[in-house]
Amino acid sequence: MNSAIRSGRFALECILVAAAVFAGARAIGNDYVFFAGYTVLQFVVLATAWNILGGYTGYVNFGTAAFFALGAYATVFFHKFYPLPVPVLVAIGAAVSGLVGLGMGYLTLRLRGAFFAIATLALAVVLQTLVVNWNYVGGSRGAYVIRPAEVPGLSLPYIQYLFLIMLALAVIAIATARSIERSKLGYGFATIRDDELAAEASGVPTLRLKLIATTLSGALMGMAGAPFPYYIGYLQPSSAFALEYAVNSIAMPMIGGTTSWIGPLVGALLMGTLQQVTTVTISSAVNLLIVGLLLVGFVIIAPNGLVGLARRASSQR
Amino acid sequence: MTAQLLEVERLSKRFGGFIALDDINLAITAGERVGLIGPNGSGKSTLVNCVCGTLVNEAGSVRFEGRDLAGHSAHQRTRLGMARSFQLPRPFASMTVADNLRVPLLYTVNARRRVLSEADIAKRCEELLTLVSLAHRSRHLPRDLTQVDMRKLELARAMATEPKLLIADEAMAGLSSAEVNDIVALLIRLNESGITVILIEHIMRAVMSFSQRLVVLVSGRKIADGRPDDVMRDAEVERAYLGQ
Repeated sequence: MNSAIRSGRFALECILVAAAVFAGARAIGNDYVFFAGYTVLQFVVLATAWNILGGYTGYVNFGTAAFFALGAYATVFFHKFYPLPVPVLVAIGAAVSGLVGLGMGYLTLRLRGAFFAIATLALAVVLQTLVVNWNYVGGSRGAYVIRPAEVPGLSLPYIQYLFLIMLALAVIAIATARSIERSKLGYGFATIRDDELAAEASGVPTLRLKLIATTLSGALMGMAGAPFPYYIGYLQPSSAFALEYAVNSIAMPMIGGTTSWIGPLVGALLMGTLQQVTTVTISSAVNLLIVGLLLVGFVIIAPNGLVGLARRASSQR
Repeated sequence: MTAQLLEVERLSKRFGGFIALDDINLAITAGERVGLIGPNGSGKSTLVNCVCGTLVNEAGSVRFEGRDLAGHSAHQRTRLGMARSFQLPRPFASMTVADNLRVPLLYTVNARRRVLSEADIAKRCEELLTLVSLAHRSRHLPRDLTQVDMRKLELARAMATEPKLLIADEAMAGLSSAEVNDIVALLIRLNESGITVILIEHIMRAVMSFSQRLVVLVSGRKIADGRPDDVMRDAEVERAYLGQ
C-alpha cells in the first residue's frame, strides 16, 4: 500500500516537472524549441523503455527501431484508413508493439546473450522488409502524413500539441520504470540479470517475467513511435527503422547508467541535447559518431554510467 | 496416499552419447537425512538438476508428495517445497545479502500463502541470517563475502523458501573442519524441525555423521542404498572408491 502511495506521489512530481518544462518552452516562444525538445523527449521514452528490458533484466535489444517503426506505421495505416486522434494512435501503437514484443519474447527468450541480441536485430530487418513491400503504407516510396492545421478542441499550435504528448509519454515511461524498480517485479528482473538458474531455484518465474519485460518495453517504444509521422510529415522505412534509434536507445542508458530509472533519463537528456546542438552547429552526420565515441569511452571508463560514477563519488566522500 | 516425499523412478538422462544417469530409482521418506555420494562425474549433480527441474530427464519420472513433476519448471518445483543449493554458490551479485533472501520470500513464500508484510519480510531475513550467522553482513554485497559466508548465504537462500525437502549440493567444499561441523549441525537442526535433507558431499566425515541412509552413484548408476555402515562395507562401493 505504502509503495502505491509513494509511486503516486512520484508520478505527481513528474507531472509538475513536465508542466514546468512545457510552461518554460512556451515562455521561450520559439517553435524550434518544441521541435528539438520533441526529439529529446522521444529519446527519453525510448531509452527508458529499452532499459526496462536491457538494464533491468540484462537482455540487450538491438531492435528498438522495429518497435518504434511499428508504432509509427500503425499511425500511417490509420491515417489512411480511418483518422484518429493522436492519443488514441499512441494507445494503438502501444498495443501493436507490445504484442510484437510478447511474440518476440516467446520466440527468442530461450536465447541468451549475443544470440538474443542478434535475434532482435533480425526482427528489425524482417519487419523493415515487410513494410518496404507493403504498398498500403507507402512501401519503399514512403508515405506523406499531412498533419491537421490545428488541434481539435485545443488552441495550440500542432507542434506544441505533439511536444505535450511526448512529454506525457516521458512521464508515463519514467513513472513505470521507477515503480517497477521499487517493486517485487524489480527484484525479479534483477535476479534474471544476475543469475537465471538461481532465480528459478528461488521461485522466480523467469520466462513470465522476461515476457512482461519485452511486452512493456516494446509497448513504450511503440508509444514513442506513434506520433512520429505527424512530427516528420513524411515517413519512409529507412527513417522509421533508422540505425540511430537502436544505437541511441542502447547508448543513452549505458552512458547514464542502466540500473536505475535516472540513468536513461540523464543519458537521453544529455545525449539528445548534445545531438540537437551538433546538428545545428556542426552537421547532422556527426551525431552518430559522437554517440559512438562516447559509448566506447563510457563502457571502458565508467561501465555503470554517470549514475555509477556519482554513486562512487558519494560513497568515497 | 504415500509416505514417500520424493520418488525417482527409472530416471535416465543423456548428454549426446554420454549416459549421465542410467535407470535411477530412489525413494526418500519424509523426515529422512540422506547422504548422496559418488566419485566426480558420477551424476550426482545431474540427478539434483533433474529432480529440481533445471534439466529435463528423457526417461523416467520424479514424483514429489505423490505428484508427478513432469512439465513442472524449476520455479514451480521450488514453490511446491523443494529447495536446493548450488555446488558453486550463485548469489544475486547486484543485491545485498539481505535482498538475496528477500527474493525467495517474495516469490516463493508469498506465492504459497498469505502475503508477508514488508516488516515480516525484514524480520524473516534477519532470522535466517542469524541462523547461518551472517547477520552482521546483511548490507554487504555477495562479492565482499568469504567463500564460507557465500556457502552459508546459498543455504540460507534455499531455506528461505521454507522447503519440505532441502538438497544441499556440496555445501561444505573448501571449508575448515570447524566450519564443516557448523554446517552439519545446522543441517541436523533443520532436519529436526521437520525438513527432509539430501546431502551431496565428498567430505566423508560430514556424510557419515549426518546421514541416516547413504546412496552411492557411480557412472550414472546407483550401486548402493542403505545404512551408512553397511554401504561403506559394500564391496562394489569399495571398488569404486579405492579401485581394485
